[in-house]
Amino acid sequence: MSDAPRVGLFATCLMNLFRPSVGFASVKLLEAAGCRVEVPLAQTCCGQPAYNSGDYAAAQALARQVVEVFEGFDYVVGPSGSCMSTLRNDYPRLLADDPIWGPRAQALAARSHELIAFLVDVRGVQAVEAAYPGRVALHDSCSGLRGLGIKQQPRLLLDSVDGLKRCELADPEVCCGFGGTFCVKYPPISGRLADDKLADVASSGADTLVGGDLGCLLHLAGRLKRQGSPVKVLHTAEILAQMGDTPGIGDGHED
Amino acid sequence: MPREQILSRIRQALGRDALPPEAAAALDARRPAHTRISYSDDLVERFITRFQSRAGTVARVACRADLPAALAAYRAEHGLPARAAIAAPLADLPWGLEHHPGPAGQEEVLGVTGCLAGIAEMGSILTVSGPAHPTTLNFVPDYHVVVLPAAHIVRHYEDAWALLRARPGGLPRCTNIISGPSRTGDVELTIQLGAHGPRRVHVLLLEAPESAEG
Amino acid sequence: MINQSLKFKDKAREALADPHLRVALGKARGSFVNKRAELAAALPEFERLRDEARDVKNHVLENLDHYLERFASAVEAAGGQVHWASDAAEARAVILGICERVQARTITKGKSMVSEEIDLNDALEARGYTVVETDLGEYIIQLAGEPPSHIIAPAVHKTKDQVSDLFQAAHGGSRKTTVADLVTEARLVLRDKYFRSDVGITGGNFLVAETGTSIIVTNEGNGDLTQTLSRVHIVTSGIERIVPTLEDVSLFLRILARSATGQETETYTTLSTGPRRPGDLDGPEEFHVVLVDNGRSRMLGGPFQDMLRCIRCGACMNHCPVYGAVGGHAYGWVYPGPMGSVLTPLFEGLDGTRDLPNACTLNGRCQSVCPVRIPLPEMLRELRHQQHQQGLMPPAQRRGLGVWRFAAERPGLYQFANRLAARVLKGLGGRGGRIRTLPLAGGWTEFRDLPAPQGKTFLELWQARPQKPEEPR
Repeated sequence: MSDAPRVGLFATCLMNLFRPSVGFASVKLLEAAGCRVEVPLAQTCCGQPAYNSGDYAAAQALARQVVEVFEGFDYVVGPSGSCMSTLRNDYPRLLADDPIWGPRAQALAARSHELIAFLVDVRGVQAVEAAYPGRVALHDSCSGLRGLGIKQQPRLLLDSVDGLKRCELADPEVCCGFGGTFCVKYPPISGRLADDKLADVASSGADTLVGGDLGCLLHLAGRLKRQGSPVKVLHTAEILAQMGDTPGIGDGHED
Repeated sequence: MPREQILSRIRQALGRDALPPEAAAALDARRPAHTRISYSDDLVERFITRFQSRAGTVARVACRADLPAALAAYRAEHGLPARAAIAAPLADLPWGLEHHPGPAGQEEVLGVTGCLAGIAEMGSILTVSGPAHPTTLNFVPDYHVVVLPAAHIVRHYEDAWALLRARPGGLPRCTNIISGPSRTGDVELTIQLGAHGPRRVHVLLLEAPESAEG
Repeated sequence: MINQSLKFKDKAREALADPHLRVALGKARGSFVNKRAELAAALPEFERLRDEARDVKNHVLENLDHYLERFASAVEAAGGQVHWASDAAEARAVILGICERVQARTITKGKSMVSEEIDLNDALEARGYTVVETDLGEYIIQLAGEPPSHIIAPAVHKTKDQVSDLFQAAHGGSRKTTVADLVTEARLVLRDKYFRSDVGITGGNFLVAETGTSIIVTNEGNGDLTQTLSRVHIVTSGIERIVPTLEDVSLFLRILARSATGQETETYTTLSTGPRRPGDLDGPEEFHVVLVDNGRSRMLGGPFQDMLRCIRCGACMNHCPVYGAVGGHAYGWVYPGPMGSVLTPLFEGLDGTRDLPNACTLNGRCQSVCPVRIPLPEMLRELRHQQHQQGLMPPAQRRGLGVWRFAAERPGLYQFANRLAARVLKGLGGRGGRIRTLPLAGGWTEFRDLPAPQGKTFLELWQARPQKPEEPR
């Protein structure tokens, strides 16, 4: 269909390496929302690790690469508030002084969206066709929450899932302690913040923890599994795309 | 000289010389109108509610002549001795106790003062230091009783600044804006009243349109 | 105080292991955060006030020289004296000079972070003066021989039990165990000090250029007793604390307490304009303001100018998860938390403070509550950038970044490496689906398992997916 927007899927590093199922869930949700999805194979990383480490030159190089790869699409959509916040908020700043790349970065930023915010805010999705029999706590990742204003969108869609009971955390706005390279540079602090977050999850009564960023989820799942917790960790998109029966992050598998 | 050093560093950082006189004059004439907290409550009601929310107490008094009785009632309620530091403009009233105009000494238990205004916005009284109002009366005694004519309650801080500017001599040495008794949260964030200043602050709200400062 | 920021990691570990600290910080977090959120939600004008406060501060910084001079003239017109101090040593010298001239013996102090910054207490005590901190929190940590761990709640790291012990050791008598009794005991002990005080030193929340007024905003009234009962009142303040007019003061009064302690207002807002006047029955005979630069003017005109908007409310640390976990002492200098992690490297140098800009998850909550909208995460990132440019990044991290960049700029290589990693890590994870230890990944596996990947990368699975027939919709 000609009016179906052409969406370039931003395959985030962690999704690509650790959790391809999130990529397929994203494609499924985007197609159900009337998009044509393509996945450029020349993509690598958004460059956020370099940017947040203060290596602006490397971040600029990768930003230019992403701008180029995704230039032809109506939208760039990725299943991560963190990476998409880099495209939306950081690229224009990083390339601001560049007369050629600056405007191109601005243009890309304007077309870049986090998956679930895109579904709700741009495509007007109000509900999904999915069922999940569980008590689900949503972790608001900070870059999505404060960088992109993602708060109600995942709640709206999760609440439309059949059989799903959503458990709100007591302090949903506090960081889980992932913080990119922070989590390996300051492991004890990162671990304490994870424990605080997971204590909140435990008291919420949830049996499943979901979120929009695999960084936070790998970190929280890793801590949960270290503690032997049975709480299942999934990306929000997996539940929305009826892929909630995928083994959770850090859980064993059959094959 | 550090003064010149600091100023020249600032100007260097800002990439300019000292401002030309017209620019300086424009800055000095600047009188901004910032957003105020809008509320439609009656001023007196707002003042009372807010002041009480900060553990202050308020008693309404019909006219100036009734102040001694109101103070006597307060003293009786709290078992206070018949001695007080009472600011000079109130000294003419028949208080029926031993009093002096201040300053308040270490053993002072009760201070009675007027005030320039009440500010309803957050429930505060505003006092100005001077011969008629030693600052120690606000802080040293355990009990501070403040006479506030209802007509002197203003809506916002800005209204109080206007009153301050209108005084002969402008700002006093010390202007105190006081919202209730002294408090601290420094031990485990548990709020405790009477940290260093008064344990209680009591407003005698004068309904009659008379000045409390005399 | 001597900067100990280089010990951040060790101090953080110690702090995490301290059960008292965990209790104390837990209480603080809940209290400050919830109260601020309630008040912010209840005030429709709050966000607009924040915008205006940011704009006023920017306006002041752009005209700082003018407003400082105007303030100084106004103080002098009111009979006070202004002293300019380029650095900490000059500030100390000015204050020591005043104390010596007036033959002071006892010096009382209201809370002043600038006095911590310039190491004033040590300098005064070295000259034999008796220095008494009168803010209850400051008094507690003075007894403990510790620096403040929070800029508005200096003893927030202490539990009530610890305060009980400190008071009993210092005051003798029975051990007080309720907050009420502890506060009363401090009240009685300190009363005596105020009345004996020769010099009272306070900070200044705002310096009003229009009127030459210095303002303190407090809850306890200790600052007022300090400055009213001393023969000499000295205000120590940073040069950036200027506001142009009283109208601007109203603006800041509307956001300061709400942001700081989660109150609509603090109990006392005190405007001091000059010394005792003819006919006054009390008040100090001398009024001095020490304007301290100490690195501030260096921040003007550069990437960190916005930091000079800070009104020292503490909201950033109240909302910082890292501060909430390790407390203020781990940061190693006067200013902790997000604002401290920006200021300390700027005041004390990047080299001795390497951890501070990095010990942050860039979660952005500090910025979201800052009453003057300082982009704290951006500034911390900018400090990381300067570390990187000056070669201060740890070599291993620098090499790792270099290798990663080399690959990330070459999609073929990057994807090959990812395919390889997906397989290896999946193999290591085995049936359990997670990896407990991994060479070179101790930073991850010290506290968490590494969830194993699903086995193939998304990009290779995408390329290998069965092609759907083009179907009309």
